[in-house]
Amino acid sequence: MFRNFGPKEFLLLAHGLQWTLALTASAFIGSGLLGLAILLLRTGRSRLLRWSAEIWTQVVQGTPLLGHIFLVFFGLALFDIDVPRWLAATVALSIYGSAFLAEIWRGAVEAIPKGQWEASRALGMTTYHELRLVILPQALTIAIPPTVGFLVQLIKNTSLASIIGLVELSREAQLVNGATFAPFSVYLCTSALYFGLCFPLTSLSRMLERRAAHSR
Amino acid sequence: MNYSFHFAPVINRLDQLLSGLVTTIWISAVAIILGFMLGLAGAFAIRSRWRWLRIFLTAYVEVIRNTPLLSQLFFIYFGLPALGIRLDALSAAMIALVVNLGAYTTEIVRGGLDAVPAGQTDAGLALGLTRTQVFFLVVLKPALKIMFPALAGQFTLLMLATSILSQIGVEDLFHMASLIDSATYRSFEVYAVTCGFYLALAVGFRALFALLYWLLFSESAPIQVPPSIATS
Repeated sequence: MFRNFGPKEFLLLAHGLQWTLALTASAFIGSGLLGLAILLLRTGRSRLLRWSAEIWTQVVQGTPLLGHIFLVFFGLALFDIDVPRWLAATVALSIYGSAFLAEIWRGAVEAIPKGQWEASRALGMTTYHELRLVILPQALTIAIPPTVGFLVQLIKNTSLASIIGLVELSREAQLVNGATFAPFSVYLCTSALYFGLCFPLTSLSRMLERRAAHSR
Repeated sequence: MNYSFHFAPVINRLDQLLSGLVTTIWISAVAIILGFMLGLAGAFAIRSRWRWLRIFLTAYVEVIRNTPLLSQLFFIYFGLPALGIRLDALSAAMIALVVNLGAYTTEIVRGGLDAVPAGQTDAGLALGLTRTQVFFLVVLKPALKIMFPALAGQFTLLMLATSILSQIGVEDLFHMASLIDSATYRSFEVYAVTCGFYLALAVGFRALFALLYWLLFSESAPIQVPPSIATS
């Protein structure tokens, strides 16, 4: 017979939540590194590289994340590599995230008036001091709130990794549901766990944004 | 890499993909229209005088924006029957999409309405217009112009997110792709072509929204977008 949905089943969901967190962390690092590379290409001097970064962004933002996940999952297998699911999910989420982070950060860099660069040059600052003391403090104030907002998107989107069978929170929910057949409780608990993870971050993002708006 | 690509099995089943594409387009279109109307109503109501209405709508927006669409879909499709609400896949999908988009749209429209200077409302009221008239004739259009880019982006995201509906068996583009995948085992080729279709759709959406923007707002003077809207 079916098991009941009790504390033990809730622990299973919590176990899945750990994988959601781990996947979010690895995908956030991947997105950040790849996003930084795209940002450098987009703001760089070579027109060809600027275009390719622009095309990358448009293609990634114009295709569904589910497509990225399947293409990476089956694409890596073409090289006769036995890809672990978490790696495929991390790569796919990093590709997806890089386009969004590069856009967010480009906006932040471009929001800084040219005069700031010129002024720090005129004061005889080295490039290091210019970035460290003048540009980055301003750019980060603008960039951090939407970056935290993106983190929320990322957490929610890790749920799609369940579709290639990675046992994170959403997949664990399906498994627990299969054993207990208590879909109402299972999916309600799952949503509550996601909410508990995302809502504080959303609030933090909003608070930082208000603070950034005041500082300008 | 010892793999040779074969697109022929996928091309042979192009009609299946196209029928999925048509489903994706109409589901997206209906969900966008209904979701936008829900969001418009939500933004209007969230600024109302009734405290409980405001609390309810704030909770709705926060719950939806802080949980994955996949969970919402599964809750509606698999969870609600426990309460005696049985829905077929398509109805469940449509409800999930509209409820989801409605929350995001409420937030965007609310931000846009807040960005219209209060002096506009005062001026409208001073001219003897009712509150409803002020909202529709004075506030809504400049607000729509401010929020247009954010709305267009959200609508495109929704169109791409409809791929998730394949998981409860709605016969959309992505569902057709997985059918062809299991019939031909040409996984990479199938999903590459499918992503091409989505990309074409996204480009089409962008062109459509650019045209809409031009039709709606081309004659009026540009409005400065405050940074608080542009970044959210």
